Parts: sequence; structure tokens; C-alpha cells
Amino acid sequence: MSDTLIELDNIEKHFGPVIALNGVSVTVKAGECHCLLGDNGAGKSTFIKTMSGVHKPTGGRILIEGKEVRFESPRDAMEAGIATVYQDLAMIPLMSVTRNFWMGREPRKAFGPFKFFDFAKANEVTMTEMAKMGIHLRSPDQAVGTLSGGERQTVAISRAVYFGARILILDEPTSALGVRQTSNVLATIDKVRKKGIGVVFITHNVRHAMAVGDRFTVLNRGKTHGTAERGNITAEELQDLMAGGQELAELEGSLGGTV
Amino acid sequence: MADTTQQIASLEKDERVREMSPLRKALIRPELGAICGTILVFVFFLSIAGDSGMFAPEGMINWGTVSAQFAIIAVGACLLMIAGEFDLSVGSMIGFSGIVIALMTVQWGYPVWLGILVAFLLAMAIGALNGYLVIKTGLPSFIVTLAFLYILRGLTIFISIATTRKTIIGGVKEAAEGDPIAWLFGGKIFSGLFVWLADLGVVGKFVAGPRAGQPVVEGIPMLMVWAVILVVFGHVLLTRTRFGNWIFAAGGDTQAARYVGVPVNRVKILMFMLSAVCATVFATCQVMEFGSAAADRGLLKEFEAIISVVIGGALLTGGYGSVIGAALGALIFGVVQQGLFFAGVESSLFRVFLGVILLLAVILNTYIRRMITGER
Repeated sequence: MSDTLIELDNIEKHFGPVIALNGVSVTVKAGECHCLLGDNGAGKSTFIKTMSGVHKPTGGRILIEGKEVRFESPRDAMEAGIATVYQDLAMIPLMSVTRNFWMGREPRKAFGPFKFFDFAKANEVTMTEMAKMGIHLRSPDQAVGTLSGGERQTVAISRAVYFGARILILDEPTSALGVRQTSNVLATIDKVRKKGIGVVFITHNVRHAMAVGDRFTVLNRGKTHGTAERGNITAEELQDLMAGGQELAELEGSLGGTV
Repeated sequence: MADTTQQIASLEKDERVREMSPLRKALIRPELGAICGTILVFVFFLSIAGDSGMFAPEGMINWGTVSAQFAIIAVGACLLMIAGEFDLSVGSMIGFSGIVIALMTVQWGYPVWLGILVAFLLAMAIGALNGYLVIKTGLPSFIVTLAFLYILRGLTIFISIATTRKTIIGGVKEAAEGDPIAWLFGGKIFSGLFVWLADLGVVGKFVAGPRAGQPVVEGIPMLMVWAVILVVFGHVLLTRTRFGNWIFAAGGDTQAARYVGVPVNRVKILMFMLSAVCATVFATCQVMEFGSAAADRGLLKEFEAIISVVIGGALLTGGYGSVIGAALGALIFGVVQQGLFFAGVESSLFRVFLGVILLLAVILNTYIRRMITGER
């Protein structure tokens, strides 16, 4: 359980004069759920995009199984086994579940000199993979727009898992969901982790993080300050680290500890 | 864990999802609006113009040709619209390609096949330029291709006047005689079939004039063959191939598509090129049929193509649509335009009729699309 899949060491990212990341260090192990917490503007999105090859880091090193790598494009990161499920860009609602599931990696069947989209295989795999995650579709042609938010996340997650992701980055998968859908997504994360995949769970909701997280790293103003193991840190401490302490403490007092 | 198992079990049968009957499922498709429109239009014209010769063979060739013209440009417009872009330069492209062919062959004396080839290559280059500009500048294709609507039209008129002092160049038919590929655009097929049908009395014959004794329908114009080929090609490409999935993805959500590795730029540029190629097919057929090219040909064709596509159920913002629907939209367009003529209705009413159909089709399509995609 302790083999490190990816190590990001002191990552920096500057956009012109803006320093978005100023020394972020995170490691992800196989079979763990590593929660990356941070408030809005802490640099979570920039960090995910750096990890998934969208941005190139200004400084720092990325090591995959001990070897240093440089991602030139999201393709490179995907080939290295890093799959990202973006919060809002996960799925195209107008397209069917099958079309979304296979988007960019459509299976093909040759028919004479021509190659066609192999719908028979695609539909079958989609249905089985979705069933494994506990979602029973009415039909694989049903548009993703007809699914609930949680189901959409699950389609995206099972897609990533099916295509051999070893590191799965989930960008705020629960932020727009209701209570029940959230617990479905958290249950999915648990299933994925049990397959030995390293999950990076980005959230600003401490309770969601505490529910599934094995380790916790807090991102604040573009920096990380170490990683805590489950059991060594309380929800309140995480909350404080995220907000940078005092101000929230005062606010929390006036709200009766409900945040 | 027992909790989650229970949840999963309850997910299997969600009491809030109604079972759909197979009939309903078969009916709810993007083309449904266009299918209903087609039936409506045919019923309407059968009842008001059924005895006017509109549904006799020569009448059918008449509105069939007009519909085929719309269909050819609608295929390009449809795939491009699904990929999330517009091409407003289709009409100007038609004028441009026609003049290119006529100049090459009549004015400069090159063989017709070369003229056609050059027209297609130029069209592809201009289509690619359209696409490249849209992608590089990030401007809406509406603006970029609107600019090309003017640029191409102006250029066409200028070149034509500068070289021949005319805006209409004739004599292509003579130049095309014996050409190895000109018949692909201007010819007619199954002529023998129609002679035979005429002998059987199914198709009428000319009773007087220079063509007395020949059947009134010479054959199926290649224009229709092209329309069928392009519609089948477009439909198969869109619904049965990997590339088709990329077209949907590019138009549905550019960013999401890019994230999973869909080459969005390539898809969009290729679709701009296809749109220009379709316009050139149209132009070449027209030039070969009329034997002349005119710099003002193809005026407003871009809108007619877009209207056909929208009647056919495509979403203006991309990511959704059907080539079959667009072809039916073109059929509706052609039947209405020629049908009102057969019915002896004042021709200005055509636009009124068209506007009403457009509105009805779009309302119905929006409703159907919401049912399919769960949009709210």
C-alpha cells in the first residue's frame, strides 16, 4: 500500500506577474484517497491542470514511480495513467452515455476498407462498467443530460478507470451535488481506491474529505504545508488551515460552529 | 457498506423514471420534426396541387432537383453546425467556384476536368482558411464567414469583370464536350430507363418541337445523385464513425472534447472544408447544366442551407443534429418552393409559408430535443 505513484515536488506556476502556485508538494500512493483541500483561489485548479498536463510548471519536479517526467500535453499525462474528471467539463450532456464514455477513444470495427464505430461493443462495455459502479442505465443511447449530477460524475469516473487510469484526479466532484448523490460519489471513490488506483480528491468541503480521505493536504495561497494522515488531524484543524485561521474562527463563533 | 448496497439496489429501479414504450422510443429522434413536416407538406400539396402535374414524373424531377440543390449545401452546413460553427460564405463560394471553372475553361482554354479540380482545390483552401481564422482568432465563425461572404463575392465579381468585362461567362457546355469528368456534374443517368418508361406510356413524350418523340424526362440529373451520395456519406460519417463522434463532441463542448484528446481544431477545419466542397459541388453542377457561370450565383444560399438544417432538427449552437433531418429539411424547402408554383399561388407567399414552417419546425424540434437530452 505504500508504493508512491506520483510525486510532485515543490511545484511552482506563474502566469506573468501572478504567482498561482508557490511551492506545492504532494505524493499519491496506490490505493489511497488523497484529499487536496483549499478555499476558492487557493490554486487547486491550477495545480490539477499542472498535474494533468494542461499547464507546464514554472518550477519544481514531477516524478512518476521515481522517474522525472515532463508533460507537453494532456495526452502525455493520460498516457502516463493520469486521468482527470473535471467538475463541470466531465460530460457533454447532448451526447449519449456511450458516445461520452468512449469520446476520444472510440472502438472501431473494420468493414472492408472502412472503419466504423463499434457500437455493439461500446454499448455493452458501457453498460457493464456502469453497472459495476452501481448505475443501471435505461439504455446506453440515453443522453447524459438525462442523468443526475452524481451519475454523470460516476460515468466520468468509470470511464477513467476503464481506460486504465492509475491516478484519478477528481475536481470538486461533490460540490454541486445533493446529499444522496454525494454519498453515491463517495462510495464510488471507495470502490476505485480498492482497485489500487490512487485518487486525488479535490474539495473545499471538509466533511466530504473526512468521509473517504486517507491523507490530507491543504493548499493555501498557492502553497502546501505538509500532509496529514487520517486520524492525526481533525476536521476543525483542516478547516482552519484552509481558511488561514483567525478570520474564520471569528466567523465560526458567530455562526455557532456550523461552517 | 450495507448502506451503499441498499442504495445501489434502489438505484436499479428508480421509481421516478417512467418506462418508455418502444414506439415512443422509436419516434423520439432528432429527425422527428422534419419527418412530420415532410408528411404535412406532401399531404398539403397532394390536396391542393395533386392534379397540376406536380406529382407526374416531370414535376417530381422539377422539385426533386430544387430539393437536391438545397440538400447538397445542407449536408455541409449540417455537419459544420453540429461541429459548432456556421458558414455564411456558402453562397459566395458557389459564385466563386462557378466563375473559377468558367474562367479556367472558357477564358484560358484549360480542359474542364482541370478547371473543376482547381475549383475544388481552391474551395478546400478557402474552407481551411475560414476554419483556421476561426480557431486562431477565437472569433465567432458567424463574423469570420460573414467577412468571407463579402470578400469572396466582391473578388468573384472583380475577377470576372477584370478578365472578361462581363459578370456572366458562357460557353462552358461547348468546352465540356467529351470531357472525362464533366458528365459527373452535368449529366443525367438512367436515360434508357426513361425512354423505356415513355414507350410504356408511364412517362409522357414530347409531341412537337425538335425533341418530338423523346421522353419529357431525360433522366435523373447527376445533381440528385450527388445529393444522395452526400446525404448518405454525411449520415454514415456522423452516426457510424469515430470522426462522427468527434464532430458531436467538438460542437457539444469544445473544452470537454479537448480534455479527452479529441482533435477539435482538425475536426472544425475539416468541416469548414466540407462546407466549401459542398458549395463547389453545387456550383459545378449548376455551371455544367446552364453552360455558364455568373458572379452573382448562389445569393442567399447560406441561409437556405441553414434553414434546411434547422428544420431538420439541428441545434444552432452545435453538438446536436441529423443529416437525414437536414436532407428532409431541404426536401420540404424544395417542395414548398416549387409546389406553390404548381398550385398557382402568388409566389411572394412562398416566404410567408417558409417562415411559418421554419417556426413550427423549430418549436417542435426544441420540444423533442428536450425530451431526448433532458435539457431544461
